[in-house]
Amino acid sequence: MRRGKLRILMLGWELPPHNSGGLGVACFHMARAIAQKGGEIAFVLPYSAGHDCDFMNILAATNLDPLERFGGSAYDHLDLDAPTFQAPDGGFSIRDVQAKYAEFVVKHLEQSDYDVVHAHDWLTLEAGMAAKLEFGIPLVAHIHATEFDRSGGERGNPIIHEIEREGLIMADKIIAVSEYTKKLIAERYEIPLDKIDVAHNGFDPDDWGQYDYDPSRLAYIEQKKQEGFKVVSTISRLTIQKGLVHLLRSFALALKYNPKMLLVIAGDGDQRDELLELSAELGVMQKVLFTGFIRGQEIRDVYASADIFVMSSRSEPFGLTAFEAAHHGSAVVLTRQSGVAEVLLNVLKYDFWDEHRLADIMVNIAQSPGLAEDLKENIRREYTKLPWSKVAEAILGSYQSAVRGMATVQAARRAVGSRVGARRAA
Amino acid sequence: MKKTSKPTIVLYLHMHQPWRVRPYSLFEVGRDHNYYGPDNEQVFRKVADKSYRPMLKLLGQLLERYPDFAFSLSITGTFIEHAELWGKDVIEKLKQLVKSGRVEIVAETYYHSLAFFYDSEEFERQVRLHQAKIKDLFGVEMKAFRNTELAYNDALAEKVAAMGFKTVIAEGWDNILGWRGPGYVYNAKASKPLRLLLKNYRLSDDIAFRFSDRKWSEHPLSATKYFDWAKEATAGAPLLNLFMDFETFGEHQWADTGIFEFFEKFVEMWSKKGDFQTISEAAGAHEPKDTISMPETVTWADTERDLTAWIGNAMQRESLQQLYSLLPAILKCNDEKLLDDFRNLTTSDHSYYMCTKYWNDGDVHAYFSAYESPYDAFLYVSNAIRDIEYRSKA
Repeated sequence: MRRGKLRILMLGWELPPHNSGGLGVACFHMARAIAQKGGEIAFVLPYSAGHDCDFMNILAATNLDPLERFGGSAYDHLDLDAPTFQAPDGGFSIRDVQAKYAEFVVKHLEQSDYDVVHAHDWLTLEAGMAAKLEFGIPLVAHIHATEFDRSGGERGNPIIHEIEREGLIMADKIIAVSEYTKKLIAERYEIPLDKIDVAHNGFDPDDWGQYDYDPSRLAYIEQKKQEGFKVVSTISRLTIQKGLVHLLRSFALALKYNPKMLLVIAGDGDQRDELLELSAELGVMQKVLFTGFIRGQEIRDVYASADIFVMSSRSEPFGLTAFEAAHHGSAVVLTRQSGVAEVLLNVLKYDFWDEHRLADIMVNIAQSPGLAEDLKENIRREYTKLPWSKVAEAILGSYQSAVRGMATVQAARRAVGSRVGARRAA
Repeated sequence: MKKTSKPTIVLYLHMHQPWRVRPYSLFEVGRDHNYYGPDNEQVFRKVADKSYRPMLKLLGQLLERYPDFAFSLSITGTFIEHAELWGKDVIEKLKQLVKSGRVEIVAETYYHSLAFFYDSEEFERQVRLHQAKIKDLFGVEMKAFRNTELAYNDALAEKVAAMGFKTVIAEGWDNILGWRGPGYVYNAKASKPLRLLLKNYRLSDDIAFRFSDRKWSEHPLSATKYFDWAKEATAGAPLLNLFMDFETFGEHQWADTGIFEFFEKFVEMWSKKGDFQTISEAAGAHEPKDTISMPETVTWADTERDLTAWIGNAMQRESLQQLYSLLPAILKCNDEKLLDDFRNLTTSDHSYYMCTKYWNDGDVHAYFSAYESPYDAFLYVSNAIRDIEYRSKA
């Protein structure tokens, strides 16, 4: 490795404000913390847009508009070949965009050299593999979610599984966002445990800056609170992974014990209509509020108005929303099938299928000022303990071990005439 | 009563088991009134094998071997209920020891509750229940009193003196004692005569908490070393009051730490040099040195010596208030089972399981509990309280 700054080619799919979920948020904070520790980062995006960030060099792999504007996000790809993204010169599928992305990365590497390639999730893994195969740059695969998570424990898309499997095998080091995900990667993709590092996502309260909750913005909810209602909220993509059907059923159960509760479901996704129908079927529509897709201040308002925040995911590699909800003063309830459950103690946990236990928890928090107070107060001391600077240190450690590992393997490969990395710039 | 001029050890051991509440769901409220799970039996059987049986056996041998050996015990009503179900031999052994006349049983609330701080009449009823149970089983009238967690203040002294007790025990906390040592008999501040014995927490905790602590500079603690400390402690004062949980022997300190051998050896050494007395014997044998007032509650718990481990957070205070607020209605029901279930929930352990003061520091191992978290403990107990309320109205 060259002396001086570590040169990192980071392969991402989105950054705020053009993000559709937690992946972009995590990438942004992580990259900034790594840059602050001396990393020199070029960050590749699949679209072209202005980003207000001076700590790294942002490279646009295409001239497409930010992908989330088309309703196609980092997460929704039920049909990989559908022309989801519209451009003046025609429609592109997610596979098309990925191909352009990888092509761009390869071209870029013909002119520039890096010490390590850091690829986030399956979306960029092919580009990461190309970088390793053709230029011999050590590959670090960062797994924020696998197809097993996204499909809510179902089979998922076999093509995505294959890309994940290939990338995980080829990676010199894997970073999982939780022990939960590490275990899943090891078991479902048969990857040796010692190849997988865990770097929990971080949270810096300071990033959230000044914010004053103005109750008049959520006048209806506030009126209900005045009447003694307790507000249960979730902010989530409305998709099978998030376990919202169980949450909704559980809420209906809870209402039988405590009718003075509202459920706010914030977000959008392919499951929205199903959830609307279900809430009608359960006869609880009056007490369930669907906000649609929200961002910025709206998100903060929803957090701030919540008495109880539930993260109901069937499989959640991490779950940043738990930190965010804690920061805005909610009592937090998590499924045990989440990474964030590993780092937060002052929460109540349940198994995603256990609708009775969740209802029990919601009623108890709603009816007990003492329980609500202790949960809210005590979590405040906890969620500040994992700043991104700590996460960056862990990731830098993973880079080092990827570089070392790659060097050893390359030496052996050359001996047998391998062409891996043949094109690397001198 | 035995009089002695030799330095004297007053050993007092506390025996208790709570009726732990199982993961009792909201959806069982009004339907299933059994709140207690199988872990009660599992815990009792485990601790009986590790601690109660071997320690009682050793205590019996020491009573036979040394005619001056004597000690005191407190045995909660809920402990006796466990033992009657899963360890009759433990009760038989206790009866046998008490028959020696050198084992005093100390009174307390039957349910190991903090009732004194919530409902003085209920406190008295629970103490009377304990007296009746002990009288029935062991045929003795108890003269000395200990409150749950040694939670003591002047008001408690006043109350138990009025109830006819002659001696009460408390923590010998420096902040209260000042220049006075824990090695004397004191008068409690009460309108009726009541003597007060105070725990020597340093020497008690050397055994109860530090004995097997490898990070402790005195580890390993030999009987000889401890004997020297005990001699020092009694150089100026007549008494060395060693108060601790019975489970110190075999459960908190496992057999493989050498705790039993240590104790056996120490008793052997001490019986050659000094004496042993029960709490009431010691209180009667020495003139009170002074009158001690504790306006604020002092306990034997934690470095703070207060009740924060039981009523320190909002959940704990709320669930206790909620529970005791139901008592008037429950008493009117004339339902023995309901009253017993209510009282089982007054057991202080339930509040302790809701304690968050160590939990917050992330020191999960300091959280001594059968539950996933303090919040879960609150959930299950709250649901049980809901059922109690439901039954009181049914």
